[in-house]
Amino acid sequence: MKSLEELRQLRDKVEKEMKMRDESNRPEIIIGMGTCGIAAGAREILQAVLAELEKRDVDAKVTQTGCIGMCEREPLLDVKMPGKDRITYGNLKLNDVKRIITEHVINENIVQELAIARMDN
Amino acid sequence: MRELALHILDIMENSLIADADLIKVFIKEDIKADRLIIKIADNGSGMEEKQAKEVLNPFVTQRTEREVGLGLSLFQAAAKRCEGDFNLASVLGEGTKVEAIFKYSHLDRAPLGDLAATLAGFIATNGDEIDLNYEHIYNDAKFIFNTKEVKKELTGLSITNLKIINWIKSYLEEGLREIRGGEV
Repeated sequence: MKSLEELRQLRDKVEKEMKMRDESNRPEIIIGMGTCGIAAGAREILQAVLAELEKRDVDAKVTQTGCIGMCEREPLLDVKMPGKDRITYGNLKLNDVKRIITEHVINENIVQELAIARMDN
Repeated sequence: MRELALHILDIMENSLIADADLIKVFIKEDIKADRLIIKIADNGSGMEEKQAKEVLNPFVTQRTEREVGLGLSLFQAAAKRCEGDFNLASVLGEGTKVEAIFKYSHLDRAPLGDLAATLAGFIATNGDEIDLNYEHIYNDAKFIFNTKEVKKELTGLSITNLKIINWIKSYLEEGLREIRGGEV
């Protein structure tokens, strides 16, 4: 059984790594988690985002939002790079997550084919 | 919804909107009595009596983006079609409790689904603002998980850290496997 002792060791390890990072300038990824989003597969999109961020060792803040009225475009995911416009991606499939993280979050190029809206910074 | 875990997630989203900082999720799989009970309670803003009555109507929502509100009514329908029951109790300023009861073996009952991924995902996105108290009973075995306990060990490190989230997910998977006698 996993124990709290194990959690303490993990915390010490993570804390050392964190000291090297700049917390204030993180990309933000926002997942639509309304009833519409959940029914369309938002939980799986979120899992894919978390897995990809970990695999590529990207330090991003992952948050969520409720229904924004674009239910027919769910699952939705927004990327907000520091100081840049917020871009909304829609009708996402699991494979798209990898692409958005590689191209947009890591290389800072918007994935035009999947983007459906832009909100000014 | 394909899984009851997704209904649970959906109800937890309501708690966020109600500005709760604590959500209690209670699940009881009572195979002998052929019953499944799911309770979700929060300490959010709650609802007035009139609103609590209206909110189960799918054509009522508090939001202005669209004219229907489906979450609670879908969950109610899921319970009712399984010879089950559904209760909603809310007190303005104190919080809301939702209880869904299912006939465990009913053909139309959706599986509970991936609770570990669902709850870990919720903590990954909201863990700094909200605490989760999760209790799961399978026949006579009980598993309890509390984010407050985890935060105590983290001493300041965010619970939303990916490595911590992975640990929580495995911890939940292991705990559930244990009370179910090895099955996932």
